[in-house]
Amino acid sequence: MSDHEYTPKSKFGKWFNDRLPLLTLGNHLTEYPTPKNLNYWWTFGAILTFCLMAQIITGIILAMHYVANSDLAFESVEHIMRDVNYGWLIRYFHANGSSMFFLAVYIHIFRSMYYGSHKSPRELIWIIGMIIYFLMMMTAFMGYVLPWGQMSFWAATVITNLFSAVPFIGDSITNWLWGGFAVDSPTLTRFYALHYLFPFLILGLVILHIWALHIPGNNNPIGIDLKHPSKDKVPFHPYIVIKDLYALLIFLIIFAFLVFYSPNLLGHPDNYIEANPMVTPDHIVPEWYLLPFYAILRSIPDKLFGVIAMFGSIVVLVILPWLDTSKVRSAIFRPLYKQFYWFLVADVLILGYVGAMPAEGLYLLVARVATAYYFLHFLVILPVLGVKEKTLDVPLSLTEPVLGGSTNESILKNKKEI
Amino acid sequence: MAEDKKTNRRDFIFTASYALGAVGVGAAVWPLIDQMNPDASVKALASTEVDISSVERGQSITVLWRGKPVFIRRRTDEEIAKAKEVNLEELKHPEKDEDRAKNPEWLVMIGVCTHLGCVPLGDKGEYGGWFCPCHGSHYDTSGRIRKGPAPTNMEVPKYEFVNSNTIKIG
Amino acid sequence: MKNFFKLILFLTFFVIYGFSSIAAEKSHELLSPGWSFKGFFGKFDTASLQRGYQVYTEVCSACHSMKYLSYRNLSQPGGPEFSDQQAKIIASQFEVIDGPNSEGEMFTRPARLSDKFVGPYANEQAATVANGGAYPPDMSVLVKARQGGADYIYSVLMGYEDPPSGITLDDGVYYNKYMPGNNIKMAKPLSAGAVEYTDGTDASEEQMAKDVVAFLAWAAEPHLEARHKIGFRAIIYLFIITVLVYFSMKKLWSRIESKV
Repeated sequence: MSDHEYTPKSKFGKWFNDRLPLLTLGNHLTEYPTPKNLNYWWTFGAILTFCLMAQIITGIILAMHYVANSDLAFESVEHIMRDVNYGWLIRYFHANGSSMFFLAVYIHIFRSMYYGSHKSPRELIWIIGMIIYFLMMMTAFMGYVLPWGQMSFWAATVITNLFSAVPFIGDSITNWLWGGFAVDSPTLTRFYALHYLFPFLILGLVILHIWALHIPGNNNPIGIDLKHPSKDKVPFHPYIVIKDLYALLIFLIIFAFLVFYSPNLLGHPDNYIEANPMVTPDHIVPEWYLLPFYAILRSIPDKLFGVIAMFGSIVVLVILPWLDTSKVRSAIFRPLYKQFYWFLVADVLILGYVGAMPAEGLYLLVARVATAYYFLHFLVILPVLGVKEKTLDVPLSLTEPVLGGSTNESILKNKKEI
Repeated sequence: MAEDKKTNRRDFIFTASYALGAVGVGAAVWPLIDQMNPDASVKALASTEVDISSVERGQSITVLWRGKPVFIRRRTDEEIAKAKEVNLEELKHPEKDEDRAKNPEWLVMIGVCTHLGCVPLGDKGEYGGWFCPCHGSHYDTSGRIRKGPAPTNMEVPKYEFVNSNTIKIG
Repeated sequence: MKNFFKLILFLTFFVIYGFSSIAAEKSHELLSPGWSFKGFFGKFDTASLQRGYQVYTEVCSACHSMKYLSYRNLSQPGGPEFSDQQAKIIASQFEVIDGPNSEGEMFTRPARLSDKFVGPYANEQAATVANGGAYPPDMSVLVKARQGGADYIYSVLMGYEDPPSGITLDDGVYYNKYMPGNNIKMAKPLSAGAVEYTDGTDASEEQMAKDVVAFLAWAAEPHLEARHKIGFRAIIYLFIITVLVYFSMKKLWSRIESKV
């Protein structure tokens, strides 16, 4: 493998690299030992990095043409769609890119939860990841306001109004957020500034996220610690690079179908109506990736507690490493946890569905039950499971035969393509 | 032999992937660059038609074209004569008046000083033409630089007479 | 290999779900005459767009503006594709407010290719007051601004009926089968022969509705044809390179699998 290592040959190269080892940084990538049994659910980290880069690039380009003023915003987006060379492509790419970004991040998060990547010693990676996720949601929320359609305006109104629930100072906070007495041009311009800023904060956190990951190294599907050096690991380049590239291409095919053939599938028609403070749309809904939180928010009858529950649902994720008390990482060896994991997935999908429906009747009932179950999963089921669950025996390594216990061998045999 | 064949096939797949990948990256990058080129609404204003029916002899109008002022002057016989008399050797930027104004009665120029871009003032200066107040460039009745720091004559854009009352610039 | 198929399966379900949810929206209740621009290879029918433009101008533009369209759009590829000359003549038939001139006054002049479509009213408030308190929406992106899109607009145009017995409507309100709430303040705009098509096509109600909705669909998505064309090439390209990369990956990994 050392024949792949690059050392600068030129005088300038040597001079530069001695002072700032950028040129040899690539060697780290080449060497970085990665478990060889990683399955395709592990490719989403690379896919997410691509999504972030793509959103930043298309976003900066849109910023060259967009105007953040309530009188001109909608028109400037139409200008991009109609007059700017390939403007329609860049805009649809950016809007659908946001959906793809969240699809990838949900798969990434749920992969971590299944295989125990949130557990020691990777708690900080998980927490940084949660901060990234939170910033992503704020970025997406502010970005959606920018076209200044009906949904843009009213989603902004509903969500910023939540802050009025804070006792005593609530109204001051909302007026401070708005820069006025209602959502209007000042709100739009500041959302634009922050929407441009946050992705770079996310970028910085992603670097920390990857750095923190490279200390213990990647988790893997059977959740065991791999020694280093180990013949259970492969150099990141080219083996993992090409696998990530392959997965990214499949992802891009789905992305391309959306952008080119169904670019408004995931959007809401009301956002093609210019914002009108006098007329509220029949159903105010956020974009699909925020629906579960919207459902939780609306399921609590009290305004303040609704807000607390919504933020609480994220807090509960942040402290997951300490709620999940099990000593075993991977759900492969945790049959009960596996069941409850899929219940959680179903629960989140149900929350997403009812989030899109009017908050009344059966929908509201289901939302309430699903919200209660969500918190039950994290606050009760996980801690109890960790202590009470009878886990399966975990193998000692990927390739070496396991010492005793026929159960393990059959698992290894059945799961040869984990 | 078998080993060679294996190597060749392996190299081919990699080479093919790289080559096709490069094509894809190029195709993907082009829109990102082209979007900065003038968009359709700007290109629609790339040419302007100007109604000159109300411009009298000795009068100038200024119109906006591609974001810049354009002087359209209907010259008097004196101005035309003066422009034609000038000895080309004297000029910093030698240009014949006939080449600048095909129809000698009409002078069409971009009203931007070729020094550093200020808008020269009409009916001023020592040569009966224009004077740029920023750094003291003097232009004659054909818009040619006669005195001062400007390096070249005021630019004559592409234009044509659509009919006797209308000039299309650009 | 197993995972590859899982991914393809997921992809297929995703796409089918996506498209069926649009289809469900459309076919559930709405009328659809079939649109040439739908589907992967969808294109606009230029003749239909030209007729649709005629219907818009002669019937709809009395109340509905199209403020994001410019006259030059009428001659660009992918649309009605009038010639530049024709588009110029069309434009010159409309008066645009320009100014201030050097006297400080606003003035009117004939529209040019670079101008936006002239609307019937000075502003939204004037439009609302002139139409019994109901603002006739701008139609630049109307097809994208309504659930059901082109089918919905077509259905509304064809959906005027007598109200069912027992329902009386206020003055100036009409019954429409497809309008949410069934009440609409626009009187039935199309009746057979309302327009005399310059290309001689019979101007039945269905024909006019179909043509004008096709025109509106183009107005909302003028680059649809380019999008479909580039999309087709992009997806074919992605499939090819995915296959190439897949085999590269297999070749690479075969080096180490054997060492296990």
